[in-house]
Parts: sequence; C-alpha cells; structure tokens
Amino acid sequence: MHVFLVVVPIVGIIAKESPSSLQQELQELRGSASCPRSEPEFEMADIFYFCRRGVESILDDEVTKRFSAQELESWNLLTRSNYNFRHISLRLTVLWGLGVLIRYGILLPLRVTLAITGISLLVVLTTLVGFLPNRELRFYLSEKVHLMCFRICVRALTAIITYHNRENKPKNGGICVSNHTTPIDVIILANDGCYSMVGQVHGGLMGMMQRAMVKSSPHIWFERSEVKDRHLVAKRLSDHVADKTKQPILIFPEGTCINNTSVMMFKKGSFEIACTVYPVAIKYDPRFGDAFWNSSKFGLVNYLLRMMSSWAIVCSVWYLPPMNREEGEDAMQFANRVKAAIAAQGGLVDLIWDGGLKRAKVKDAFKEEQQKLYSKVLVGEQDEGDTTVVTSPSDSGSASPC
Amino acid sequence: MGFNGTSPLLDQRGELRPEDFGAIRELSMNPIGDRIISAFFSPGKETVDFASFVRILAHFHPTETSRSRDGVQPEPANSRTRKLKFAFQLYDQDRDGKISREELLQVLRTMLEMQVTEEQLQSIAERAIQEADLDQDDAISFDEFRKSLEKVDIDHKMSIRFLS
Repeated sequence: MHVFLVVVPIVGIIAKESPSSLQQELQELRGSASCPRSEPEFEMADIFYFCRRGVESILDDEVTKRFSAQELESWNLLTRSNYNFRHISLRLTVLWGLGVLIRYGILLPLRVTLAITGISLLVVLTTLVGFLPNRELRFYLSEKVHLMCFRICVRALTAIITYHNRENKPKNGGICVSNHTTPIDVIILANDGCYSMVGQVHGGLMGMMQRAMVKSSPHIWFERSEVKDRHLVAKRLSDHVADKTKQPILIFPEGTCINNTSVMMFKKGSFEIACTVYPVAIKYDPRFGDAFWNSSKFGLVNYLLRMMSSWAIVCSVWYLPPMNREEGEDAMQFANRVKAAIAAQGGLVDLIWDGGLKRAKVKDAFKEEQQKLYSKVLVGEQDEGDTTVVTSPSDSGSASPC
Repeated sequence: MGFNGTSPLLDQRGELRPEDFGAIRELSMNPIGDRIISAFFSPGKETVDFASFVRILAHFHPTETSRSRDGVQPEPANSRTRKLKFAFQLYDQDRDGKISREELLQVLRTMLEMQVTEEQLQSIAERAIQEADLDQDDAISFDEFRKSLEKVDIDHKMSIRFLS
C-alpha cells in the first residue's frame, strides 16, 4: 500500500486548447463554413465559440479552485484530506486510527504547550525590552527576543522549513513581498530574520501581542479607519523605508490567502514606494498537512488547531534576488514582474485574477471586454484611437480594472 | 470542478440550482453565460440532478470516440445532430422549434450589448435571417439551421476532451 507517492500538481480535468484570441477562433469557425465574405458579418456558428468556452468554465475554471484546499494524489491519513470517503481496507483504517491517537494524544498537547510558551514569552520579553533606555541594546535584544520566540512558535507547529538562497535575504530599508497562503507565513519568515510587520490593529490576544511587539521594534499597525486612506498608508511605509536602521517591511500583496497552487494579482500599493523589493516564494508540501487557511470555512482558532494536529508543516522558502522598478515601468507592470518571478520559483501558476474574487463577484468590465472583442469581429473597428490589440483576459499583461 | 467531492458547487441536496453556477467566475465573463446555465435546466424545473447534468455535458464529448458497435444503438448524445440541437436551443429559448427574428435579436443583444447601435443589430439580424431562411417564413427552423452550418467542423468546435 503506497501512502506517499510523488505529488503531481493537479492541472485540470479537461484538455484546454492553447489560448487563442477570440478573433482567431471565430476565423477558424467561419473558414470552415460557407463562402468567405468580403466584410465581417454575423455567423450562426459564432455561438459555438462562446458555448464551448462557457461549458469549459463550468467543468474547470482557473479561479474557483484556488480558494479551496489543494487535492492530493494519495491520501496522507488525515480525515480532512479525504475527499472521496471509501472504506478501502481494515489495515488502512487501523493505521488511520493509530495516526489519530498519535496526532491528538501526543503531538497536539506538546504543540499547544509550546505555542502558549512561545506567545507568553513574546509578550513578556518584548515589553521588558521596551523599557530599556539604551537604544542599541534595545535593538540588539529585541532582535534576539523576536527570533527566539518565533523559533519556539515554529517548533510549536512542527514546521520544517528549508531556506534557499539565503544570500538574498532582505536588508534594511527594503520591502519584502511574498505569496500568501496562511497567517503562518509570517512566523515562517520571521523565524529566519527580523521584519517589520504591517497590519490592522486587532483586539484580544492578537492586539495584546501587537502592542507588546511594537514596544521593542518598529512594526506598523494601522487603525481600521486609517487603512482606507491610501496616502497615509503609503506615507508611513515610505517613512519607515527611508530610515535605514529599521528592518525590512513584510507585505503580502495578494491581500488574501490563496491555496498555494497559484499566485494571484498583486495590489500595486506596495510597489509604488521607491525602494528595493525583495521577493520571497513560499511553497508548502501538502502531503504532511495542508497549510491553506480557508477563512470562509474555519475561524483562526479552529485553523490553528487543525495545523497543530497535522503531521507537520513542511515548506520551502526561496529568497529571490532583489528587484527595483525600472525606468518607464509603472507600479502595475513592476508588480506583475515580481509576481512572475515568484510564481516561476515556487512552481505556482501565475494568474491575473484578483484574490478579492474569493468574496466578490466578477466585474461587468470583463464581460464588456468580451462583447467588445466580438463586436470588432462583426462590425469592424469603431473608434480610430483604439489601435492596441486587446487579447482575451486569459493572457497576462493587461492591467485588469480592479 | 466536479459535481461532488471538492467542488465549490457542492450542494448537500445533490442538486444544482442556477445560482450555484453563478459562483463560477469565468462563466460570468461569458456574454451568453446565462443561456448556457439555463440549458442545463429542463423547462419549468429549478434544479438539475447529477444524472441530467452529465447528460447535458455528454453533448460535448468528442464524436470520434463513440462509434457504436452495432447499428441499432440509440443516437449517442454527442452526435453531430445532438450538438447542433444543443446550440439551436441556445437561440430558441421558447422551444417552439424555430428561431424567430426576435430571438435572434435577443442573442445578438446579449453578445454585443453596448457595443453596437440598435440599427446595426437589426441589420445584422436581417442579413442572418435572409441567408439561412430558405422557406421564407421569417424564422429559422432546425433544418435550415443545420443546412447553414453544413460545412462547419462542429465535432471539433463543440467538443471538450477529458483528461483521464
């Protein structure tokens, strides 16, 4: 019985033709139809193109499957990864039962203890360090304290991390960007270096940790009202970056958790600031535990419990060479360039779709674009000024109106 | 996607409703997305079960692979005629067996919406009907539809190959 086979990324269940533009497909449809016409016109056959695209979307579309956990080739003895429950054999069930005992009886209590230790130490020690008058001593100790506490937290999750290309580690005065799969990303990166984190001020336990951490190290926490103000956000980030003694800022430009099979649209806000960007790619091995946080399905505490009762969190972190915005490149293009580099390194699919689609509906602008393309085929170019060839949104490069 | 298992369209009752299809983002982008969705539902019914769902999808199976062994099998779902029938029904929403001028206009409107003027729409529809309407009854019947698409490679264009 093979339990651990090589995991092949699930690409799709249907064979999709290489993406050709709407014009090309319609030409093919018409070319095989009756006599070619001098002027473009409507053909009854045109509907086949839309029809097939529509049904292909129903069978397998690019976006929807990014927001649920990745499927595994072979089962890893966790009930949560078992999608087609079938009783296979007694031996397997016994093994699974044994696994449950080990995970919940031994691993979970140990991990929870470690986690509590780590968090309490973090809160207590950072507050203490914050009282020190001497600035250099404070910086030095704060770094040590942060690293130590995050290392304890990493053990609490049994995260086995492999760092690649450490020579490219982010330096002071820069911004570190990474793909986002789970809140644990933060702990994984902070395990290896000190970053200034950016985020909203929370209440409760999170809030307490935030207040403690900021006493000894310059993290950037925003009030809920300030988040809307883009200029304020940009200014605070720029100020932080300009001060070379401050640690690099850690930002997740996708804005939401994606299931680690793809990288979705990067919000351009962090790429507008004039400084070096250090891209980082994080890829989790799904065989030992699925790290993706499906926030519509589980709350944070539930998610952490699931993490701590998996086998382990195994991941690889690649530090990519630093990038700067080039002449004549706008923020969106720069963001796409960084995104492509991260996707290439991590073996993830590079999508132009906005992660916000997890909760929002598709904007009508996309449908209008399809209609526009089709109308061009029928009635020819309407406006003289519009000379750029717009291809269907399945190609990357065009800035999506988000 | 898959109807069951990990599908985001998973429905506890084992049935799909039109709103469930709305969750598919790429489909919202398709101008005739709504028509395709309603093609899955029999007239008057609000839900579709797995068997019917698969029957509709069977229309899109490539034709070559389903040669009948004996000559007496009922016509397979993915025959050329059945594919044509599926497309015909996308036009013929009231299922009266004919595509009226109004129905054609409706389809054109959804495919083009704001991009052309009403006059252009009318003239496009006019031309299309004139070409296809052989018996001059101002509507396109299924046979006229089939004739006008004689030379189109339907098998290829209306087929989706499943990776096994």
